[in-house]
Amino acid sequence: MPSLRRINAIMFKELRQLARDRITFAMIVMIPLIQLVLFGYAINTDVRQVPSAVVDLAGTAQSRQLIYDLEASQVVQFSHRFDSVVQAEQAMTSGVVAAVLVLPADFQRRLALRQQGVLLQPVAQWITDGSDPLLSGAVSVLSQLPLTLQGIDSSNNPAAVMQVVRYFNPEQRTAVNIVPGLIAVILTMTMVLFTSAAVVREREQGNMEFLITTPMQPLELMLGKIVPYIAVGCIQTGIILGLGHLLFAVPLPLHWLSLLVVTLLFILASLTLGLIISTRATTQLQAMQVTVFILLPSILLSGFMFPYAAMPLAAQWLAEVLPATHFVRMIRAVVLRDAQWWTLSYDVVYLAGFTLVGLVIATLRFKKRLD
Amino acid sequence: MTEIVIETRGLTKYFGDYCAVNNLDLSIRRGAIYGFLGPNGCGKSTTMRLLTGLLTPCAGEVRVLGNELPQQAEALRRKIGYMTQKFSLYDNLSVMENLQFVAQIYGLTKRQSPQRIAQLLALYHLEDKQKVRAGALSGGQKQRLALAAATLHEPPLLLLDEPTSAVDPENRREFWERLFDLSDAGTTILVSTHYMDEAERCHGLAILELGQKRADASPQQLMRQLKASVFLLQGDNLRQLGKQLAPMSEVISTAQIGNTLRVLLAPALAEPQQWLQRQLPGTSLQRVEPNLEDVFVATTGVGYAKSAQN
Ligand SMILES: Nc1ncnc2c1ncn2[C@@H]1O[C@H](COP(=O)(O)OP(=O)(O)OP(=O)(O)O)[C@@H](O)[C@H]1O
Ligand SMILES: [Mg+2]
Repeated sequence: MPSLRRINAIMFKELRQLARDRITFAMIVMIPLIQLVLFGYAINTDVRQVPSAVVDLAGTAQSRQLIYDLEASQVVQFSHRFDSVVQAEQAMTSGVVAAVLVLPADFQRRLALRQQGVLLQPVAQWITDGSDPLLSGAVSVLSQLPLTLQGIDSSNNPAAVMQVVRYFNPEQRTAVNIVPGLIAVILTMTMVLFTSAAVVREREQGNMEFLITTPMQPLELMLGKIVPYIAVGCIQTGIILGLGHLLFAVPLPLHWLSLLVVTLLFILASLTLGLIISTRATTQLQAMQVTVFILLPSILLSGFMFPYAAMPLAAQWLAEVLPATHFVRMIRAVVLRDAQWWTLSYDVVYLAGFTLVGLVIATLRFKKRLD
Repeated sequence: MTEIVIETRGLTKYFGDYCAVNNLDLSIRRGAIYGFLGPNGCGKSTTMRLLTGLLTPCAGEVRVLGNELPQQAEALRRKIGYMTQKFSLYDNLSVMENLQFVAQIYGLTKRQSPQRIAQLLALYHLEDKQKVRAGALSGGQKQRLALAAATLHEPPLLLLDEPTSAVDPENRREFWERLFDLSDAGTTILVSTHYMDEAERCHGLAILELGQKRADASPQQLMRQLKASVFLLQGDNLRQLGKQLAPMSEVISTAQIGNTLRVLLAPALAEPQQWLQRQLPGTSLQRVEPNLEDVFVATTGVGYAKSAQN
């Protein structure tokens, strides 16, 4: 039977040590703060002002009007002007521009024919740097603009075949999507690292040799180590959501209880992951390396940066194993879509199961021996 | 009081191919202070870890306080106090916090623990250091704190791994006074050391080398039983004499001590004094009683003896 007194002893000892470790203590606050500001401001998938070149072989009033209208869309910025396509290609190869608009000499004629419905071919050409799909994708949207002899006619937009209504993030701001996902990344990093390091540190500094000759049980040690970091995880979540709301107008969740449930589940899952690592790693550096090993797929595959739906099946399976994937899904649902936690039962059950199984594995793997 | 507290038969531990403890038989009585004496790497710490259940033996039987190891290691935990070779309490906790932590781990009640801690602080002269972080203590203070922690739950068996390696002679005496107090109260104490004066205080002593037991008796017996003969030489050219004697097969070791040269001669010599005089005509020599260092050097073989000269 685990003794509450011993769990308490380990917990308070851990808290004391944490409070006295100034750098770690500062990191608890600084990591979410800095990352939030960096990610929130810097990451934007809404592409604007792509540096572009124009090769205007027509040189007519209409061609100049088109260039002007395109620039007004703010998607591209024509920083260079070339007389030949070859020159423009060179500029693209050297990375000066990412897109080139070529207006042929008979631009005027083509446009007129097209307007009469005689010509179905395009009237101009975009050459884009396909090595960055995000940029070239943004530019290719421009090819769909309704073009007339009078310039781009946005008022006379032909009715779309299908209407798109944007729920939850109508302005399509990236920060709204990034900020809740950032909780997953930061918690993965800090929770896994803190617990694994907290156990490994005892081994590294020789405390473990004493501790395991006492009546302390593995489960007591594990629980005592986990509990203080649950509070740390909650504080970090609070910082990210609070600041995300202040700086980036990310909505606050409607159902706070759901937020608490999904966050606690993820914190617990991450902490047990840290414990499992700690049963294997013998130095804090090793613990750190394994954490990074888990952190990278958690950033790249969890859906935090790139849409889960776009990943190949094998990557999706791998992503499903990571607690971060389930949490990214749930926290976005709870914060952005005001979902209730019980509607997310698949992810809830997965994280709860992960924690339970992880705790059992960590406890069994933890030997009260040195060999 | 002849109850056997620790008993091992053929205790053996390998690390890979390396045999750290080799076929060790021990039999230690209740209330005894029993020493492990041996050079670095001879297996003192490994033996202690085997006796606490921290390591699993590769072969042999271990019975400690009636518990078969490694099966009953858990039952043993409450009954032993173990002071590791490396300081194993928390550097960033204060003396008081460390002791409180250990008290809670051992399940002392809220009523018992302040009393017991106050008692220990007084006993080990740590009262004025209560609020000092353990990491800021001197070597000797750290070791007193570690001993206080190891004895906090009043275990009947204490295992102390080189407890006085960072302690000055004055504090070492004091430390041993405490050990004798504990021993008097019935605590069995196992202590490892490579200090001769410390080994000499033990009731029983095992001299270990390369994981094997070379001798096992009380220090007095060991000194009495030593077959090798010991001579003190005096003269001008001691360094020279030492160099001359050391390679001879009859000479176990030579060691210069101030103005004298201490020579240990192999027991095989029938008339050691005459033999030595013949080797060194004109040098004054005097036969003396062997001390524990002689026993140590004679029993732990040539390798260590030769290295000890330098
Ligand atoms: N975990 C281990 N893995 C491999 N070899 C080990 C291990 N622990 C000890 N050894 C080896 O076993 C031998 C005995 O080590 P041990 O620590 O018991 O020596 P010791 O007598 O305590 O020495 P010291 O006086 O330096 O503390 C050494 O040669 C050491 O290298
Ligand atoms: Mg040792």
